[in-house]
Amino acid sequence: MDIDIIKESIPAIAQALPVTLALVSISLFFGFFLAVIVALGRLSQHSLLNKPAYLFVYIFRSTPLLIQMFLIYYGSGQFRDELDAVGLWYFFKEPWFCAILSLTLNTGAYTSEIIRGGILSVSVGLLEAGKACGMNALQLFKRITFPLAMRQALPGYGNEVILMVKSTSLASTITIMDMTGVYKEIASEYFSPFEPIIIAGSFYLLLNYIITILIGKAEKKYALVTR
Amino acid sequence: MDLTILSWGANGWGDEFFYGTLMTISVAICSFGFGIVLAVGATTMKLSSYKSLQALANGYTTIVRGIPELLVIYLVFYGGNTLLMSVAKGVFNYSDYIELPVFLMGVVCIGLSSGAYSTEVIRGAVLAVPTGTIEAAKAVGMNTATRFRRILFPQVVRYALPGLGNVWQLTLKETSLISVIGLAEIVRIAQIGAGSEKQPFTFFLTGLILFLILASLSDKGYLSIEKWANRGVRSS
Repeated sequence: MDIDIIKESIPAIAQALPVTLALVSISLFFGFFLAVIVALGRLSQHSLLNKPAYLFVYIFRSTPLLIQMFLIYYGSGQFRDELDAVGLWYFFKEPWFCAILSLTLNTGAYTSEIIRGGILSVSVGLLEAGKACGMNALQLFKRITFPLAMRQALPGYGNEVILMVKSTSLASTITIMDMTGVYKEIASEYFSPFEPIIIAGSFYLLLNYIITILIGKAEKKYALVTR
Repeated sequence: MDLTILSWGANGWGDEFFYGTLMTISVAICSFGFGIVLAVGATTMKLSSYKSLQALANGYTTIVRGIPELLVIYLVFYGGNTLLMSVAKGVFNYSDYIELPVFLMGVVCIGLSSGAYSTEVIRGAVLAVPTGTIEAAKAVGMNTATRFRRILFPQVVRYALPGLGNVWQLTLKETSLISVIGLAEIVRIAQIGAGSEKQPFTFFLTGLILFLILASLSDKGYLSIEKWANRGVRSS
């Protein structure tokens, strides 16, 4: 153990923490909206909506995130001229854009299944009661289906958030200097991988521990009031 | 998109992709198997009455499930040889250069992660076995080994299968991470091909499709295994 390397790794990896946090929060934010749309698509009666939604979920859940990320970041280069013509190359040449796009699509697919499960768990009786009170479809969704589905989906979503924290490490393979990227740099620079992994590992564990606590609190807050 | 570069032979990448797929399958099978071995050990520790063993197993699953697999892979890649050489020097006084095969490093990393997830699945399955069946076995005079073989094991397998199916799919996808240390599996082949043929989209899409095929084949295989495991169960 070399104390100097540890001393040097702490600020370096701490500086990369905001990068990891940004990747996680931005992709979770957009991924959640995508997931709700995809979940509603999968539950729709129209095959024009549920078939593409199913295909999207199937593809993104059965292939590794790494290859999805490479396909978007490196693969887009093959269509550089076409993307340039429609003005999209500006985005696709940015590793940040590609990392967030692939993380968003990936978490969107996983989360949509969690939300779909939540929506399916809402009992028909409640919806009938809502209809009997004269709510329209939008009100039913907003007041009954969505809140109840979210409560049901919360534990599963907590797991997904932790998986996302771990997944962001793949962004380091497309040149983004997140905590894993900085770890790799320090490890190869000093030829000593053991000291910095204690720091990087602790940061990830701490992050996931905080998330577990927050989700636990949220679960308690929205738990069914039992008398 | 020019698909002739995916043909078989010296000018195409079809055969490279084929062997890459075999490599992915072998890494996945070895890691999954190694993971099951780890999981059986960790489950035994978690369910034992020794606090220290429980803490050790809990530490393993918490740490491995809490930090990114990529970090573990870099650790083993950069540190595995150093550690092995210092152990070899300290214990056997052997000071030549030793290099771990990439395949072995990959299996160790992915197996560690796969094992942590399998532990939770197997632990849940063991706890799901009704105690009445164990008591009944004791009552008819079975010894521990017979009880394990006839009563506990078949039930644990049945309860654990759905979860282990998920772990298998996870392990299969995680093998892609080994590409960062240069093992010639699907993603690595796609990277090499993309670089030399200047057609990254074609190559990564091919890799993606290969993973899709592997995933749907696993689904099919898994369904028949589950059917087999449930063959004696009454269904409504």
